[in-house]
Amino acid sequence: MAATAPRPTTRKRPADASRRRTAGRRDRVQWKGYLYALPALTVLTVFLLVPLGQLVRISLYHWDGLSASTWAGLANYTEIARDPQLRASFGHSFVLIFFFALVPIALALTLAAVTTRAARLRGVSVFRAVIFLPQVVAMVVTATAWTAVYAPEGVLNKALNTVGLESVNRSWLGDFGTALPAVGLIGTWLEIGLCLVLFIAGIGQIPRELYEAAKVDGAGAVREFFAVTLPGLRGQITVALTLTVIAALRTFDLVYVATHGGPGNATSLPAFEVYNRAFNTGQVGSACAIAVVLTGVILLLTFLITKLQPEDDGS
Amino acid sequence: MISRRERALNYAVLTVFAALALVPLVGVVASSLTPRAQSSPTFTWPDHLDWSNFSTAWAQGHFATYLRSSLLVAVSVVLISGVLAILAGYSFARFDYPGRSLLFYVTLIGLMVPPEAFVIPLYFNLRDVGLTDSYWSLILPQTAQSLAFGVFWMRNFFRSVPSAVIEAARLDGASDWRVLWQILVPISRPALLTMAMLVFMWTWNEFLLPLVMITDEAKRTAPLGLAFFQSAHTTQYSLLAAASVIVALPVVVLYVFLQRHFISGMLSGAVKG
Repeated sequence: MAATAPRPTTRKRPADASRRRTAGRRDRVQWKGYLYALPALTVLTVFLLVPLGQLVRISLYHWDGLSASTWAGLANYTEIARDPQLRASFGHSFVLIFFFALVPIALALTLAAVTTRAARLRGVSVFRAVIFLPQVVAMVVTATAWTAVYAPEGVLNKALNTVGLESVNRSWLGDFGTALPAVGLIGTWLEIGLCLVLFIAGIGQIPRELYEAAKVDGAGAVREFFAVTLPGLRGQITVALTLTVIAALRTFDLVYVATHGGPGNATSLPAFEVYNRAFNTGQVGSACAIAVVLTGVILLLTFLITKLQPEDDGS
Repeated sequence: MISRRERALNYAVLTVFAALALVPLVGVVASSLTPRAQSSPTFTWPDHLDWSNFSTAWAQGHFATYLRSSLLVAVSVVLISGVLAILAGYSFARFDYPGRSLLFYVTLIGLMVPPEAFVIPLYFNLRDVGLTDSYWSLILPQTAQSLAFGVFWMRNFFRSVPSAVIEAARLDGASDWRVLWQILVPISRPALLTMAMLVFMWTWNEFLLPLVMITDEAKRTAPLGLAFFQSAHTTQYSLLAAASVIVALPVVVLYVFLQRHFISGMLSGAVKG
């Protein structure tokens, strides 16, 4: 995509050429391009790339953030494998992937299938805007809203009471058994709109003739879904999976505000451990090692998911 | 084309999911209007509308200060990252030089690494130069993070502009600089608007960075202020709800008016990313 560049730009440019001694060379290598990219690359390097490199280095030391650091080798990494609390926090994020990614995608696919032919329904854009709304509300606000839903006297328990399920009542975020799934369901609520909007947009791009053809072949709603809609949405599913999996692995604000990792460590997550160790318990080296592993997991999963993407989409 | 029953079913399904999306948010708004005597640690439906929660939360929570901090940081990030993304996007889209693709892919790293990955070293670096607890400690890292998306976004847009338009300007003797600011930037106003809104929203909603960098109460951003307000007012849910509304409102208002741009931006940014 980049290799064919000289052609459009090699036209004679008299005004330019007279101003520049090196006009002939300039047409081949446009050195000025570096200047335009320089400011952005400088900011990126100083505030993102260099810290990223330092992260790896610090992860190889024992350091409390104040006194001198001592070489740790891979000790901070082996600790992640050995410390049950850290292992659990990574385990929790895989539970969250289920709630943040798999459930919303499955639900949104079903919904999209039901509304397949609704692409031209009146008012769809209003529904779209409302269902997407959770994506734009600050996570801190989302967390305060949901703590009220899950409170002992909260909406959820009241709803359960009205259908005669008082026995199930509990403090959902304060109960060891339910805290993590409760956090997960907030994620489902957050991500379903994103998935749905993606899929509805995707269905809009599927040629109508494919649906007509399926109908002519006598396909019912279910066959139509598996033969036309699902294959047509492969690209969108890949995107939805990437975004929601990353969102699950990166969850921090939600847990920080809603549960602070508790009760016990029931909702502690790698991102939360990173923050907690670096800024509360003075285990900076260990925090960096967790951050490295977390970043590695995110990059690996992103890579694996994009491997699923159909060939014709790779522009 | 579709039967009446199917149409009704579609509306029913959409309504259920729209309601599910709205219930927690409407609950917060309703609670924020509930008189404090009636308040409980959960959503309440007000007997009568009591607007005083907003003034109380505003005053007790220092939200005037927090909103000012947030606004200052978000607008700075939008402006700085906007200009830098325009320049770099132009470079990657319209210039040909060795290493161009490599530099572009390096830029994209910022789209994938989480803030947790660079916030720790960044904190110590900025502390060493005395920049923690300053607005710069929020503006500069947030700019760096926004650039990955911004550069990518502007490059795509500038590449989509037909070469003929630029050739014509060149024949009239326009320099690279003038081509960018007098032709490309004006054409890309919709793309710029979308980028500005998304960057504004991301910066406004950012939590980890202010949490780590800012200890001075006067420099807290709105979400950070809300988190502290929450731990101080766990029993006064109507106050907390009012504070939440105050923090969420600026972005939600923008969204209500410009949701088309928000959604298309987040989706197309995502699809290519």
